Amino acid sequence: MKKQENRLRRHTLPKSPTSIQGFDEITGGGLPKGRPTLVCGGAGCGKTLFAMEFIVRGATQHNEPGVFMSFEETEKELAANVASLGFDLNDLVKRRKIWVEHIHLERAENEQSGEYDLEGLFVRIHHAIETIGAKRVVLDTLESLFSGLPSPLILRAELRRLLTWLKMKNVTTILTAERGEGFLTRQGMEEYVSDCVILLDHRVDDQSSIRRMRVVKYRGSTHGTNEYPFLIDEDGFSVLPVTSLGLSYASSRERISTGIPRLDTMLTGKGYFRCSTVLVSGTAGTGKTSMAAQFVEAACKRGERVLFFTFEESPSQLARNMRSIGINLEPWEKRGLLRFHATRPTLYGLETHLTTIIKLINTFKPDIVILDPINAFVSGDNKTEVKAMLLRLVDFLKMKRITAFFTSLTSSGENIEITDVYISSLIDTWLLLRDIEIGGERNRGLYVLKSRGMAHSNQIREFKLTEHGIELLDVYVGSEGVLTGSARLSQEIKDETEQTFRQQEIARKQIALEHRHEAMEAQIVLLRSEFAAEEIEALRGIGIDKERNERFRQAKGRMAKSRRSDAARKTRVRKRTKTRT
Amino acid sequence: MKTKKTKLKTNRRKKPPAKAKEDKWVLRLYIAGQTPRAVNAFNNLRSICEEQLKGNYRIEVIDLSKKPQLGRNDQILAIPTLVRKLPGPVRRIIGDLSNKERLLIGLDLKKHK
Repeated sequence: MKKQENRLRRHTLPKSPTSIQGFDEITGGGLPKGRPTLVCGGAGCGKTLFAMEFIVRGATQHNEPGVFMSFEETEKELAANVASLGFDLNDLVKRRKIWVEHIHLERAENEQSGEYDLEGLFVRIHHAIETIGAKRVVLDTLESLFSGLPSPLILRAELRRLLTWLKMKNVTTILTAERGEGFLTRQGMEEYVSDCVILLDHRVDDQSSIRRMRVVKYRGSTHGTNEYPFLIDEDGFSVLPVTSLGLSYASSRERISTGIPRLDTMLTGKGYFRCSTVLVSGTAGTGKTSMAAQFVEAACKRGERVLFFTFEESPSQLARNMRSIGINLEPWEKRGLLRFHATRPTLYGLETHLTTIIKLINTFKPDIVILDPINAFVSGDNKTEVKAMLLRLVDFLKMKRITAFFTSLTSSGENIEITDVYISSLIDTWLLLRDIEIGGERNRGLYVLKSRGMAHSNQIREFKLTEHGIELLDVYVGSEGVLTGSARLSQEIKDETEQTFRQQEIARKQIALEHRHEAMEAQIVLLRSEFAAEEIEALRGIGIDKERNERFRQAKGRMAKSRRSDAARKTRVRKRTKTRT
Repeated sequence: MKTKKTKLKTNRRKKPPAKAKEDKWVLRLYIAGQTPRAVNAFNNLRSICEEQLKGNYRIEVIDLSKKPQLGRNDQILAIPTLVRKLPGPVRRIIGDLSNKERLLIGLDLKKHK
């Protein structure tokens, strides 16, 4: 990268740095040294300021004294105008760093008789350059000559001569010119200046104004060809070539707390990744800003710097509201760790917002940036532009190693995931807050929709704003579905009662069973004893019968003996059979 | 007022006696170097003055190439520029004054006629 830059620089012209924020990056070092540059644009687009900043910064930062020839404003007016930007023009003039000269032209005062030339102007410029040893010259705006002096033909010839003469003097010159219809400038000044032409534009899109700059032509040098948004504010001019950012930032393994212990737990116990982009989206009143505030408080407690962009509330209103949930942000603001920046999204265009945000980030150097909410920028069909802007912002923040926390308001009734889908791809950790409406109550639920690079929880949590900050509770998940709030409480009570009841029932049944068991046991004992008694009786009966039987046999034998009947033989036979068996 | 010590100056030197008699007209001619155009302008101016304001005028010639800082006071851009300092109001005529008609109008002399 650096090598490439060096090579470029070697091959291109020597340049005169403007030190205007961002401009030197676009042009690869500034304006062409020793040559004229044309700066053109419509009324109020910042031509004079651009030129003045070029002169002042040249004198103060590059030790290149400059001459400012003003055809429109007087020395006093100019000094007053740039004083608001922190430039002490009078002092610089006194120290001979800058020469300011007003050139008064009044058509009505000038009668022409015969040929003339502009040697007077040459002499004055020459005198100014020689007096302070100027390296830079501004002619603002040379086109006034055309309205102030007769004979455009003479003027054109003289202009050409003037520019050649300035080149020979080797001073870097800026000529300003009013934008004309169909041409870059009203008097076709671009004809005379062939080295570098810069077009400033101030347009209004959808009721908000956007300032843009474009390098139309830069002979002998590569330059950014896009239209770059720029800002004019209390620090002067700043151009931001934000379109040139890419995906080359390093990632961080460091984790930072969300400020809500249970949310940390949901994100594998440690919270967000540093330098990641967090989005909290939800419907109105779900606690997005409160989550942001909780995060801010945690960050400030760690001693980190936070820049809070609020597009809906004033800082004091925000602070008041956050006090109601036990978050006091004012001490941090006083200690300089926290800075609020409140603007209406409609105040200016997207580009200007982006430039303002980036400028503030560059000056405040925060660790964490909050944007609340991002969809305040969406109006009508500009989602693509908003996405492009956020993309650039996210890239910028990641490059600066800043953790970004965005909130996004989604309208209820729409599918929340779909509403925010246009920025989804930019987001690393996406938390969703949603209303859960049950039993005449509206409660807040939170879950982690996605969190890149960590095994986050899949659970829905009830989200409660209490006097001491945000609390996450388990939601009731049971036979009645997902319940929150008092429905959850009553369901929990109901469950508890039911459980007690069941336990009692079990106990009762167990006792009954035991009783039955005991009864059974007793019966067994009874039956046993009965059986024993019966057994004795039965055995006795059996003995008697056996005895009787024996006696009967004996009696029978005796009878047979006495009768000597066959019966005796029979008996013998029976006896034999018996022995055989 | 500062005047130029040139051949133009010698012409002007003839005027002091008139000046002593309280000049009604003070004309200042700005030039930058002894260019043919500058000489033309002076000659044209002088002949008009002789014709119209004889003995009642003074011409100051200022060469900006020698005294560049003087250009700022009278807001000189074009060369040559003739500034009528007196009588007021200030009138300015640019060019080599070759157009006599426009010069007279510029000096408000056409009405005098």
